[in-house]
Amino acid sequence: MDDLRRVSTATNPDSEAYGFTPDRPVTTIAIPAPPTRPEKPEGLSVVGKSLPKVDAYVKVTGSLKYADDIVLARTVFGRMVRSPHAHARIERVNVERARALPGVVAVVTGDEIPVLYGHLPSSPDETALAIDKVRYVGEPVVAVIAEDELTAEEALELVEVEYEPLDSVMSIEDGLRDDLNKIHEDSRKRANIHKEVHLEFGPVAEGFAGADRIFEDEYFFDGNTHAPLEQHSVLANCELDGKITIWSSTQNPHYLHRVMASVLGMPASRLRIVACPVGGGFGAKTDVFNHEVVAAYASRKLGRPVKFTLTREEVFYAHRGRHPVLMKLRTGVLRDGTITAVKLDTWLDGGAFSSYGVASTYYTGALLPVTYKIPAFTFNGVRVFTNKPPCGPKRGHGTPQPRFAFECQLDKIADELGLDAAEYRRRIAVEPYSTTANQLRITSCGLDQCIEAVNTRGGYSAKHGKLPYGKGIGIAASAYITGAGMPIYRNAMPHSGAIVKVDRSGGVTVFCGVSDCGQGSTHMLATVVAEALGVDIMDVQVFMADTDLTPVDLGSYSSRVTFMAGNAARYAAESVREKLAAVAGPKLGIPPERCGFARRRVFDRDDPGHGLPLLEVFQLAEAHYGTLAGVGSYTPPEGIKGDFKGAGVGPSPAYTYSACVAEVDVDAETGEVRVERIVLAHDCGRALNPAVVEGQIEGSVYMALGEILMERSEYRGDLHKYPNLLEYKTLMSVDMPVIETIIIETDDIEGPYGAKEVGQGALLPVIPAVANAVADAVGVRINANPLTPWAVLKALEEKRTASKAGHASGAASREGAELP
Amino acid sequence: MSEPGRKILVSLRVNGSDIECAIVPSKTLLEVLREDLGLTGTKHGCELGHCGACTVLIDGQPTLACLTLTLECEGREIRTIEGLAGDGELHPLQQAFVETGAAQCGYCTGGILMTASALLERKADPSDQEIRSALAGNLCRCTGYVKIIDAVALAARRMNGAA
Repeated sequence: MDDLRRVSTATNPDSEAYGFTPDRPVTTIAIPAPPTRPEKPEGLSVVGKSLPKVDAYVKVTGSLKYADDIVLARTVFGRMVRSPHAHARIERVNVERARALPGVVAVVTGDEIPVLYGHLPSSPDETALAIDKVRYVGEPVVAVIAEDELTAEEALELVEVEYEPLDSVMSIEDGLRDDLNKIHEDSRKRANIHKEVHLEFGPVAEGFAGADRIFEDEYFFDGNTHAPLEQHSVLANCELDGKITIWSSTQNPHYLHRVMASVLGMPASRLRIVACPVGGGFGAKTDVFNHEVVAAYASRKLGRPVKFTLTREEVFYAHRGRHPVLMKLRTGVLRDGTITAVKLDTWLDGGAFSSYGVASTYYTGALLPVTYKIPAFTFNGVRVFTNKPPCGPKRGHGTPQPRFAFECQLDKIADELGLDAAEYRRRIAVEPYSTTANQLRITSCGLDQCIEAVNTRGGYSAKHGKLPYGKGIGIAASAYITGAGMPIYRNAMPHSGAIVKVDRSGGVTVFCGVSDCGQGSTHMLATVVAEALGVDIMDVQVFMADTDLTPVDLGSYSSRVTFMAGNAARYAAESVREKLAAVAGPKLGIPPERCGFARRRVFDRDDPGHGLPLLEVFQLAEAHYGTLAGVGSYTPPEGIKGDFKGAGVGPSPAYTYSACVAEVDVDAETGEVRVERIVLAHDCGRALNPAVVEGQIEGSVYMALGEILMERSEYRGDLHKYPNLLEYKTLMSVDMPVIETIIIETDDIEGPYGAKEVGQGALLPVIPAVANAVADAVGVRINANPLTPWAVLKALEEKRTASKAGHASGAASREGAELP
Repeated sequence: MSEPGRKILVSLRVNGSDIECAIVPSKTLLEVLREDLGLTGTKHGCELGHCGACTVLIDGQPTLACLTLTLECEGREIRTIEGLAGDGELHPLQQAFVETGAAQCGYCTGGILMTASALLERKADPSDQEIRSALAGNLCRCTGYVKIIDAVALAARRMNGAA
């Protein structure tokens, strides 16, 4: 038992304030020694090559059909009347004038579709259209369907809704106040609290008592949005036999299928969801949306295809973006920097509905111990409802905020203890095959290599503290999940399934329920299957995300696709391969297990010149076995989850690691921060296609730079200040720094051909690396994002004032960030 | 149907073909391309001129179709992403986008290709900065522009016979 790390839990003295006493047994998690996974003995011929993506051709020719590109005869078009109030009672709705407008075919009100739904089965609190009250500006109240969009638009003006405004709740501080109206009146929680989480692991009190220094800081991470270029769109068509097909720009067809069946009150078998290629997701299209439900309902009512495409302004209201999070972080360290204990308190501004909020709340704490050795950890999270568009999962879901706080504080600790921040991070990095304080199982881990690589390439240790005033360099590291270990609804079924079909034409077809939101899942499936069967990648046809055609996959979220759908497809292909080998072996006069598959040939691995064309083997096998197909499924392994309440968020079959060095130029006169260079290393297990991996890293860097430099969901009173792409500032081509990516391969033992994830994890270290570089450049630590010129100038001014007054410069924090 | 819905006939030249169609006069070129002509390769991202997804060429100039009234386009040469490839062969830009992985979700790709094709017509050998400036009006949320800029440079080199 010596090789098992013992995880103990103790009672949190602070938790009594919440009336909560943890009651958990001491738990141990066995970490198995790495099993020897049968590699592809004949060597890899597709994996590891930067082949053009199989779906690149339809994209560059403009022929790929996104949801709004699909046209059906007799389609009618919908628009929605949206609330002008952040919080109000609906007193009266009169749709008669709208209904009477020529060209209007239906008007739908909230009471017609009253079933509550929500992405998480534990917190259903949304309806397709508002009933009784509205909870944010932009919430859909009435839908109008007409022969054309112009007429529907005109009809919106004719809908009369009378409201009685209520006090609005617009911030975390408001959400904790007991004297404001409740946004969800049936909630049993006090004030506008949606969710409270309290967890403690390891000897926290002893950890702080034994620390040489304790650092305590407050951070605020502001909200922002995904702004995918494609506006959400849905087309629903109810055939005369009552069967409904829904084409939607969704990342999660399976969850949409479940919710839709329940809201429409019909068997799921009579409902077909097709997730169209998504024109950018980043988490924006993971929830069930009002327009999707209304389109299906209206199509059933009318017997005609109904289409809704959101305007850009409506996309800002659909939101489900980054939660604003206020954080209090307390870290105890020994003189050499060794962490003895960490206490993290988070307050999330959730917006008007639950959405993924319960998971988001846990995620602000759950992954903190996955990066560095933290022997004792306590976490308290509170999510409040506010009268703003609902927040949800955006790339990195719940983790960029605490990662920003932790990496900024770690930089400060290194500074004050006189440690090199890169070497310090390496020293406290988690190790492969270990268990975290919160009982998460770490397998492959390239964190040390990532930090070393960015330090070597980026020259952090050589340059930090030595650049001229205004120039700065910063470093940060992070970890992320490779797929959520638990499904959103409790069940024991696979998380992903695939079917691979092979036939006499030489073609291979893979069917898998996963969607492609631009990250390359189509190409990933083709890669894995082509590798297993030895066909050319363009021989593989991929059918995805169609609930009638494809086996269930849980969706494009939590960075789960390559690991879970990739494994399912690989197992399916390998089961076909066994049959192919069984007929090819005797033909070649060798045992089947000696057959190699590559370059459209089956050959003797001991004598590669001796072989058969793959086409001939397909035909022999089809003659022998009949129709050739294989199925595969993937379920995360047992034992990756702890046994406490809340243990369902955080476990993953594997974790990825990243490190980033950022160089900045800060203009102390104007406050402008210009990022000049980013070096990012990411441990993705194995790059199935290095060009695609690089592309995901570059995109992550881009999105992270937006979050640290300029992107922000800002409100003026109750109104979103700029729900448009002109004023919601994003980086354009001229704003991008040089990006150097380094791929670290750790060959995960459970990933398909060793692969983990890359889509989200690489975003995490960039945000604090830039903040730390700004601190190096101008000597102020700004504990809130984005680092706008205004924020930088304010921090510099505060520093000047403080030094005049003879104080050491304190951390600049958000205005009015007084904690309750 | 409502009043502004009276249609009129217009003659357009799109991707080298003459087309006559009946449209509502208030319709933008973007709407007519997508809804009346079925050319859905031209995308909408904002319909306010902010994102560049709807870029087409009008007489060789990159133009935002969402801000262009169709009536303004009579007698002018309109080229969309569907007309970029010629004679069954991809345009060198398209080929370069495929090879470098410059298209992720692909939604901005058409607009960017049209903008870049006009750049390469005007300037055979653009610098990195000139490529970035030319694309400054095209928003991409996936790629960080890195591979897009690489692809345009690669296509330029190839068109000059250098690669």
